[in-house]
Amino acid sequence: MFESHHFKDHQKEARIFKFRLAIMVSIMVCLFCVLLYRYYSLQIVNYLEYATQSEHNRVHVEPIAPTRGIIYDRNGEVLADNRPSFTLSLVVNKSMDLDATINLLRTLIDITPADLEKFYKLKKQRIHPLEPIPLRYRLTEEEIARLAVNEFRLEGAQVDAELVRYYPYAELFAHTIGYVSRISESDLEKFDEEQIRRYSGTHSIGKSGIESSYENVLLGEVGSKNVETNARGREIRVLDKIDPTPGKNVTMTIDYKMQKQAADTLAGRRGSVVAIEVKTGAVLTAVSNPGFDPNLFVTGISFNDYKSLSESPDTPLINRFVQGQFPSGSTIKPMMGLAGLHLGFTDVNRTISDPGFYTLAGSSHRYRDWTLSVFGRGHGSVNLKKAIAESCDTYFYDLAWRMGVDNIHPFGQHFGLGIRTGIDIPNERAGIWGSREWKRTKLKQPWYPGDNVSMGIGQGYVSVTPLQLGVMMATIASRGDRFRPRLVKAVDEVETAPILEDHIEIKKEYWDAVFEGMEEAVYGSGGTLTRYKLGLGADYRIAAKSGTAQVVKIAQDAKYKIGTLKESQRDHVLFVGFAPADDPKIAIAIILENDDHLKSSENPSLLARRLFDGYLRNIYVGTGPVYGFPVPKDAAAVAAPPAPFVNETPDLDVDDVKPTPSSESPSR
Amino acid sequence: MGSQDFLRRMPKSGIGLRRAERIAQRLHIDFVLLFLLVGIASFGMVVLYSASSSSMLAIQKQGSFFAIAFIAMFIIAQVPVDLMRRLAPWLYGLGVVLLILVLLIGIGAKGAQRWLGVGGIRFQPSEIMKLAMPITIAAFLSRQYLPPRLLHILITLVLIAVPTALIIKQPDLGTAILVLVSGMVVLFYAGLQWWYIALAMVGFGASLWPVWHYMLHDYQQKRILMLLNPESDPLGAGWNIIQSKTAIGSGGLHGKGWLEGTQSRLDFLPEGHTDFIIAVMSEEFGLLGVVLLIIAYIMVIARGMYIAINAQDNFGRLLAASISTTFFVYVFVNMGMVAGMLPVVGVPLPFISQGGTAIVALMSGFGILMAIATEQKRVMSPQK
Repeated sequence: MFESHHFKDHQKEARIFKFRLAIMVSIMVCLFCVLLYRYYSLQIVNYLEYATQSEHNRVHVEPIAPTRGIIYDRNGEVLADNRPSFTLSLVVNKSMDLDATINLLRTLIDITPADLEKFYKLKKQRIHPLEPIPLRYRLTEEEIARLAVNEFRLEGAQVDAELVRYYPYAELFAHTIGYVSRISESDLEKFDEEQIRRYSGTHSIGKSGIESSYENVLLGEVGSKNVETNARGREIRVLDKIDPTPGKNVTMTIDYKMQKQAADTLAGRRGSVVAIEVKTGAVLTAVSNPGFDPNLFVTGISFNDYKSLSESPDTPLINRFVQGQFPSGSTIKPMMGLAGLHLGFTDVNRTISDPGFYTLAGSSHRYRDWTLSVFGRGHGSVNLKKAIAESCDTYFYDLAWRMGVDNIHPFGQHFGLGIRTGIDIPNERAGIWGSREWKRTKLKQPWYPGDNVSMGIGQGYVSVTPLQLGVMMATIASRGDRFRPRLVKAVDEVETAPILEDHIEIKKEYWDAVFEGMEEAVYGSGGTLTRYKLGLGADYRIAAKSGTAQVVKIAQDAKYKIGTLKESQRDHVLFVGFAPADDPKIAIAIILENDDHLKSSENPSLLARRLFDGYLRNIYVGTGPVYGFPVPKDAAAVAAPPAPFVNETPDLDVDDVKPTPSSESPSR
Repeated sequence: MGSQDFLRRMPKSGIGLRRAERIAQRLHIDFVLLFLLVGIASFGMVVLYSASSSSMLAIQKQGSFFAIAFIAMFIIAQVPVDLMRRLAPWLYGLGVVLLILVLLIGIGAKGAQRWLGVGGIRFQPSEIMKLAMPITIAAFLSRQYLPPRLLHILITLVLIAVPTALIIKQPDLGTAILVLVSGMVVLFYAGLQWWYIALAMVGFGASLWPVWHYMLHDYQQKRILMLLNPESDPLGAGWNIIQSKTAIGSGGLHGKGWLEGTQSRLDFLPEGHTDFIIAVMSEEFGLLGVVLLIIAYIMVIARGMYIAINAQDNFGRLLAASISTTFFVYVFVNMGMVAGMLPVVGVPLPFISQGGTAIVALMSGFGILMAIATEQKRVMSPQK
């Protein structure tokens, strides 16, 4: 180059350099001071804040969910327990290709758009970037295996287990045990602070049945642990721990085998069965058919599943035995008879002459007896026992008219009519037990004399839940003790005490008369149930009463013809009874909705026999085309030829009792 | 001179020290610098062991990089300073060509293309530029009358701008800043007139507004804002800063103890073994550790400045000062960004952060310093 060292002023250049160096060194010193001050401020001035933050990062107080109490039947059969459910989560980090991972996952397991929507919503809500975000719940064994095989390709995917409720018998106990479901946002809004604490580790809460009413017992007490976690939320070690207290186990009064027998027998039909232990009020069987699979609700039911359940004409979501309300029909007659005896309106020997109908003085309207339309005649000379055995309507028209609602109503309350039974599951309905006051406030109408008459045969302003029917029957069977029905027998081995709600003292001879009438119904030559031979081969005696509840009104001169009616307009078939007649232990109430009476083989009384056998003699038989309790050969031979259809409920006067609840479809 | 004053005051140990000095001279080693560098490197390995979750493999790798780096340093220390000056244009040319190749056929990850692969070995040409830049600028300016005239200033600026632009394009903002600084400080030390400096600053400040409003897209503005204030994105860029500040702050005065840093060992601290390793160090060794490390760095820089002052000619002096100043920038930018004081750009902490090429490049720089230091003595000796 053209420059030469000879012409350069080395002294000057060195001076400039040293000066510049001095300036740079000063700048560096200043910057180092700033740096040191920064670290001083972080490490000394704000030490506590950052130390806390770091500890908070490191240590998490994690709630430990208690194990929900297990539900057993009275014999220790597991009806609800907890099973691991596997959840797929993704840890999303910046470098991974999330879409590619999800696409790969979709080729391996079923991921719905709803799953993805939920996933992206949760992804936005996460607190730190390496938090696992759940993508799919309830993985099947096969899906878990497929994920495991492809693990190396699935960056950030992890599968975690959690205990969820499982109902091994699915729909069998849908209405008694109910179900748990995910705690919803609306649940959370209603929680108080204590509940927020108790549910901090738990994802589900009882929504119906025992699961709901015994929620506090089943839940248990939440535990907690201080865990050291890394940034991915993975637990490194547990620093200290308070164990959760598992929920208490609940033993139900239900007998699984009886429940199964009842449900199997009802299969395909709408109806309800209740069996109650007479001396305690313990509910042995409570079936509402059709049921539904409560497992669907546990981790969140799909929209379509819920829609098909809630829109089904068979209303599987309705708990029929506490929510279904039906006219009691003739099943009320034993209680009416007791009322007449106890209140002095009749006696054991008093007879009436039944022409086949009943008329009120000064009225041409005929209250018909069921025999009139079937046989074209009446029962003839009838006393109370015969009236019960043959279900004579005229006798009870007369009796009820003479007693009047002011006597009938308070007497019926002793048997639980019109009163919620207080069973230990929610949403029970009270039914209707007519009174002057009830009709005045509810219908703004006075009580007509005709109202008394139809009340005598359980029509008109009478509607009952199957459970109320069962309670009424148990009260009769126990000779006056009305116990509160219970579904829970024991909580963690501690037996629940029977609760006596009411007692009515009635002369023994009156009870005996009614019992005999009900036995006659089963065994007597004119008994309404005799032809079903439900006592055949049994070493105990059965007392029972049949009933029919009318769904549609039949005109004065018309006949009930099953062929002309829509299925939903057919009568409901009812049965109540208890056994053994001399020392009652179990009372039963059965309602089959819109049933076909012609199929005598499916008469509910045969189901009752099976339940009696099961409870009293521990005999359980399978279900066949015919209710298959052991029938002796000769019994089959003597089995009566199909009897003509028997409609025990007469056609009611339309004008007198308007509006009649019985003429409406029962509430569901 | 300083060292001779020192010798005169301690006559008894004088002979031993003089012998050591002679050995150093012959081997072209600056023992003070070597001692400091070995010290920092050893400490770095200790910190890295913890930061890499007690990985012996990481330590072995880092150890072998240090071995290569020290060998490179020894070799470069043997190169005559004059030869470096003459090689400067070639080195610079090679660097620029390689940088262009990186953009054309480079390999990379996470959206940046920074590497060249040759026969299974990968290296970053930008690291070569970290050395080529100060050598080139020092070589060019040392031939001119100083302070430099406008023409030479402009030539210098072009020489600096080309590789810087190429590196920004990769993109690698951290390295670009280091390369830019290593060239600009030469200009500063060469005596760039104050009024130019003032003019440049005013011009830079004035251009910010129009550039911001008219030349940058929304997304670019957002990215710059994010760079300046990472905590506005707590799940993304801010996460690192929040966690590193927490790590540093929770270290307190004494630290949590070696291998006891929860932030790093529980993976809360991303990049804890590379750019953010000072957070691990601060968490485990506290402010005392930070102060000691800064003192060690200051001693390295001071030794570099001492070598620069004693360099025999402008080239050596400018080069030594540039290398020392760039080293300071490394330390300051890294420690500043991890502490949330400066935007997060990829600048490693010298000799502590994991990473092969950066260590070799840094150590090579100190090789140059040693060459300058020992040459000075060779020239001085005959004068005695």
